Amino acid sequence: MGNPCNLRKTMKIEQQWTEEIKSNDSLFSINFKEVWQYRDLLMMLVKKEYITFYKQTILGPIWFFVQPILTTLIYVLLFGQIAKLSTDGSPQIAFYLSGITLWNYFSESLTRTASVFKDNAAVMGKVYFPRLIMPLSIVVSGLMKFAIQFALFICVILYFTFVKGLIHPNVWILATPFLLLLMACFSLGMGMIFSSLTTKYKDLVFLLTFGIQLLMYASPVVYSVSSIPEKYKWILISNPLTGIFECFRYGFLGTGSFEPYSLIMSTVVTLIILAIGVLIFNKVEKSFMDTV
Amino acid sequence: MKNLAIKAENISKQYRLGEVGTGTLSHDLNRFWHKIRGNEDPYLRIGEANDRATKGESDYVWSLRDINFEIEQGDAVGIIGRNGAGKSTLLKLLSKVTKPTTGSFKVNGRIASLLEVGTGFNPEMTGRENIYLNGAILGMRRHEITRKLDEIIEFSGVDRYIDTPVKRYSSGMYVRLAFAVAAHLESEILIVDEVLAVGDAEFQKKCLGKMGDISKGEGRTVLFVSHNMAAVKSLCNNGIVLNNGQLNFIGSIQNAVEEYSQLGQRSLNINLLNRKDRIGTGLIKFSDVKFYDLKNKELNTLSTGMSAIIKFYFNNNIIFGTEKKIRFDVGVFDETENRIFQLSTFYQKEEFLINSEKTHFTIYIPKLNLLEGNYILTIYSKIDEDEADWIQNAFSFYVDSGDYYGFGRVMPKGFGKIATEHLIELK
Repeated sequence: MGNPCNLRKTMKIEQQWTEEIKSNDSLFSINFKEVWQYRDLLMMLVKKEYITFYKQTILGPIWFFVQPILTTLIYVLLFGQIAKLSTDGSPQIAFYLSGITLWNYFSESLTRTASVFKDNAAVMGKVYFPRLIMPLSIVVSGLMKFAIQFALFICVILYFTFVKGLIHPNVWILATPFLLLLMACFSLGMGMIFSSLTTKYKDLVFLLTFGIQLLMYASPVVYSVSSIPEKYKWILISNPLTGIFECFRYGFLGTGSFEPYSLIMSTVVTLIILAIGVLIFNKVEKSFMDTV
Repeated sequence: MKNLAIKAENISKQYRLGEVGTGTLSHDLNRFWHKIRGNEDPYLRIGEANDRATKGESDYVWSLRDINFEIEQGDAVGIIGRNGAGKSTLLKLLSKVTKPTTGSFKVNGRIASLLEVGTGFNPEMTGRENIYLNGAILGMRRHEITRKLDEIIEFSGVDRYIDTPVKRYSSGMYVRLAFAVAAHLESEILIVDEVLAVGDAEFQKKCLGKMGDISKGEGRTVLFVSHNMAAVKSLCNNGIVLNNGQLNFIGSIQNAVEEYSQLGQRSLNINLLNRKDRIGTGLIKFSDVKFYDLKNKELNTLSTGMSAIIKFYFNNNIIFGTEKKIRFDVGVFDETENRIFQLSTFYQKEEFLINSEKTHFTIYIPKLNLLEGNYILTIYSKIDEDEADWIQNAFSFYVDSGDYYGFGRVMPKGFGKIATEHLIELK
């Protein structure tokens, strides 16, 4: 039998420690190196999403077409025919579909990130890994669904460009990957802020579902910025989604009042939100199991 | 002299009881107000030792309080204590699932924790895919898993099903695969919580063997929580005993197990009416347990082979003049909380009727067949369809060695828990 392990009060050898688990970390001690070490987990989680999504139903991916098509038709009817909102001269179907495709990705990433602690409490309560991996995997795997809906959108664009000759895409379509990145970061940032707060203050969940609805109407999803009176424009400008949506439409539809400076605004606001999100998330992740 | 693997300094963990959510914001604001004025957190001063049996005054409770210990590299340490003593909390802190309220751990080496096997297994994915997913959750890199894949599959013994979704697995196969992944983690420190309670006997043996290899052969540090004292004894060389969130004992595993069994006796046998950790309507409330001989004289000591009558006294709150059906059970446990047998009305008599006149149950034991050791009783009663009073670990008693077979020889301690009448012949 070994010696009792507490009988070594006077130890002279230099002891090496690789890690310290403390009660209080400084706000800015985010271990990005560790997140990088767990990159394989990120890959596996995305793959898991892919597999479960593929194996679920026979129709599986088809459902992802049905929803945007139906929503577009309703918007055409409601906002285009009845309310007669301006689409800056673009075909209404292409206009609304562009808004819906982007919005779907954003809203789904945000809702799913916002409940990341609650949904994964079982795993997180049993094993440690950098929690940041979870929301990251959500925004990355959301791209899968986006890709399907984006393909639908491209078909519509091709039709209106080459068959009808109604729209004229320009070089700004090359900005699309950057726009996606911005949206991913923005939904990630917002989602992390919400998920961190909801572990303790559960009522914020209601605010979120309601807030996402409101945010949709505060973003140029069903209308274009040019149709908004000057005195309300500041609301739109302060929303980082505005620059993203306008740039996307300008690139693919060749219409709209896109100004490069609004994209810079979007980038700055997004980065600030993301930074706040990461900080709060990092603060909460170490003790959320006690309150969730 | 060997290096340390883990050093715990003043570890405490406070939990808030009851509904988290009501009053949270006001407490948080109060905390914040104290913090900006440079004062100590007001809620850290309150809180009490974590004793389930007595209901506390405060909403805050210390699940662990001022724990200090050191663990050497290559040690296999068993962490033992009653349910709620803080064992799981300690493991959770070490595996970074949640952080300590005060204090710190210093750790040398990578920690892999196995608080549950198969964490994050996805039923839709195949065994092979789940090995990668589970391995990644536990912190393995992809190439590490690929390198060990054959070994893992072989250890799990489910190679035939490895490309089948795990939702088609039996629960045994599921556990085998999960443990196989975890056992092949490359970490210097391994934390294991009760996972051996699952799987069949053959596989349990394999797991124990693997864990033995890990600590003895490979020189890794193992922390092991279990109620299975035999497993703890065979695996560990040192032990830590926790009681009500405090460190009760640290030292060799032999002494730790003894300390633990004595701990059980000390905390029991308080007046039963003062026990708050009971469940039930309270139509009857057990108040006392006493042993008598056949001449109705109270017994102070018991020994194997003697006749005895046990009386379970209760306070009777049944309305005068009514008659109710009652079921009465007594579970007999050994000191490591394994159930030895169950005494019950349910399997012997159609129904017992109770009215407001009754004061106690008696159980007649013609020949006590418990061998020398400590035993613990759990008392249970059910009136009509509702539990009336149920107290776990209600009463403990010691049985001295005695001459069960009436032959004049006394079986020594260590010959099992019970004696049984038997006949051996040579033909």
